[in-house]
Amino acid sequence: MSIPKISDVAGTWKVLTGNHTVSHAVKLARVDVISAYPITPQTHIVELLSEMVASGELPARFITVESEHSAMAACIGAAVGGVRTFTATSAQGLALMHELLHWAAGARLPIVMVNVNRAMAPPWSIWTDQNDSLSQRDTGWMQVYAESNQEVLDLLLMAYRVAETVLLPVMVVLDAFVLSHTAEPVYLYDQEVVDAFLPSLDYPYKLDFTDPRSVGNLADPSLYFEFKVRQEQAMQRARQVWKEVGEAFGTHFGRSYEPVEAYRVEDADTVFVIAGATATTVRVAVDHLRERGERVGLLKLRLFRPFPFEAVRDALRGASRVVVLDRNISFGHHGIFFQEVKSALYGMQPAPDMFGAVIGLGGRDVTVDTVLEVYDKLSAWDPTDPTPHFVGARFREDGA
Amino acid sequence: MSVKTVNTTQRHYGLLFHAGEQELLEPGHVACQGCGATLAMRLALKALGPRTAVVVPACCWTVIDGPFPQHALRVPLFHTAFETAAIAATGIRAALSIRGEEDVTVMAWAGDGGTYDIGLQALSGAAERNEDVLYVVYDNEAYMNTGIQRSGATPVGAWTTTTPDGARRHVLKKDIVGILAAHRVPYVATVSPAFPEDFVRKFKKARDIRGFRFIQVLSPCPPGWKFPSEKTVSLARLAVETLVFPLVEMEDGRRVTVNYRPARPRPVEDYLQAQGRFRNLPEALREEIRRQILERFEDLLEAHRKTHGTDENIPTTLR
Repeated sequence: MSIPKISDVAGTWKVLTGNHTVSHAVKLARVDVISAYPITPQTHIVELLSEMVASGELPARFITVESEHSAMAACIGAAVGGVRTFTATSAQGLALMHELLHWAAGARLPIVMVNVNRAMAPPWSIWTDQNDSLSQRDTGWMQVYAESNQEVLDLLLMAYRVAETVLLPVMVVLDAFVLSHTAEPVYLYDQEVVDAFLPSLDYPYKLDFTDPRSVGNLADPSLYFEFKVRQEQAMQRARQVWKEVGEAFGTHFGRSYEPVEAYRVEDADTVFVIAGATATTVRVAVDHLRERGERVGLLKLRLFRPFPFEAVRDALRGASRVVVLDRNISFGHHGIFFQEVKSALYGMQPAPDMFGAVIGLGGRDVTVDTVLEVYDKLSAWDPTDPTPHFVGARFREDGA
Repeated sequence: MSVKTVNTTQRHYGLLFHAGEQELLEPGHVACQGCGATLAMRLALKALGPRTAVVVPACCWTVIDGPFPQHALRVPLFHTAFETAAIAATGIRAALSIRGEEDVTVMAWAGDGGTYDIGLQALSGAAERNEDVLYVVYDNEAYMNTGIQRSGATPVGAWTTTTPDGARRHVLKKDIVGILAAHRVPYVATVSPAFPEDFVRKFKKARDIRGFRFIQVLSPCPPGWKFPSEKTVSLARLAVETLVFPLVEMEDGRRVTVNYRPARPRPVEDYLQAQGRFRNLPEALREEIRRQILERFEDLLEAHRKTHGTDENIPTTLR
């Protein structure tokens, strides 16, 4: 799936890094206000956007703020003003935004942001893992994870359409370096094609001087709860909207997207589950194992919030073993995707044995061999083990 | 939008100055009695007019405007996070410019906590970039909305719930207008609700300047400062008459104008004694405060002389 087929859609092949793909997507989405703060490995995104704005190629306002916190606040202000907004960040910057992620979602603002997955310090790391974005799981943002640079472009265009339909913000996530700094062929659509897919924003609650209102004022206990119910209802609706927009994307661009993507799962006993660029590696490992005669498949999570509950259950229904590979950890429990998938499968009959492996933290290489190692260890693992299994790390079981 | 016309006061009492007939702050707000910040909002909106967007971070005004679905202003108001008034206003300004609504004044309206303390970083950033917004701090000199805790704007020796033995500092509070002027923004001013003509003139002047504008309003708070709620205006006046709160303008960070030099300044002691929060101020500290207040006014006069070549042009009466 990562290599797009050339379709009849008007456009041009370019060789682009994930970061520069993001910049082009933002331009194609006709974003009005961009606000960002530099952080490795996101920086190229905003550098190219700055150039596009400075040259007039992208008629937008770029607000060069003094922190990520302010970058999100600027997007919030601009979104309230009724225009299309964008920011990009990573790791510490995303964590600094945390308060305002709640604000953007609670105020029902269709902001789109890119987070380049990077490990959280200390110790300092600029390399990929998913703890930054997954730590923002409960802020009310939709989250999608990209596997390739083409998917980065496509998810960003879809993100605006979904965000502006359900009035919730979207975080598009890509891996540090593996995607952000790696050049791949990307098919850049002509502007007219994108315009036909993504209409201009008409935000219904923008500041209005003829009907002046107060936005976000105090809601006492007789009201607050209903705001949150409405927010969740929008999230539930978004699950269907992502599916529809993924299909509509196919009609416009010749390439459709499902909330999850299954690979060789039909007759699989064992199915790996993963999100992000590492899915490519796992797909190759699945092929290796198939050659060995093992009945193995892969389920890639593209949409994480709202969680694609039914799609995950449907894809994993026939498996006897589900192995979730997490480039993240919830300290004191397990990998986060593992917990999520396990809870989605609760009550399913027959229920597969569930295994979780924590791999590749802080950008540690995840190779085909890593995946094969996980597979070969499975028979020795106890699905009721309360501690996560680390694969590819040097450590002693006794903690010494 | 219907606009009330109330000019009875002018007609009946023959006032020399009228702040403007248009009421953009409705009755029904939920401020405390004698709230200086409410009086200030009323005057500010009279000066700025209906094409104003207001951004309010966490502060007393979060509550004053009224709980959902109420709204006391006749202009749109966006509630934002504590430390984001300046930058959320910047974002709104950017959007309105894109929408072609260049005539709108975007006003951030924050308390002293959101300005001197938690919001200073974003404020400095917006000022440094000379964003086209008007930032107003209604300075009631403590975290009053949470129940009177010390802020970076709390005066030396003032009682608060977190400084039960008096705010421990040996110099005057943070010089917020000096900090903003040091960013060389086009316009910085101080205003007092006791001097409405000066107040409205400065807000109108600020409205018509492009770039970053900053206005500090000294906003007496009856429950926080411990004075009777009918004394708000007289206490605000006393702050100016005692030189505790000089009325000034600073343009482009260089040109300083002192707007009022009382012919006979009232003793600082009168201001301190009028408020319960200074009740336990030690005598030695009182003397030190007096000295520093005079010193600061001298510095401002010197800056005025540098700008104007003289201090003889400073009015000795003002309203």
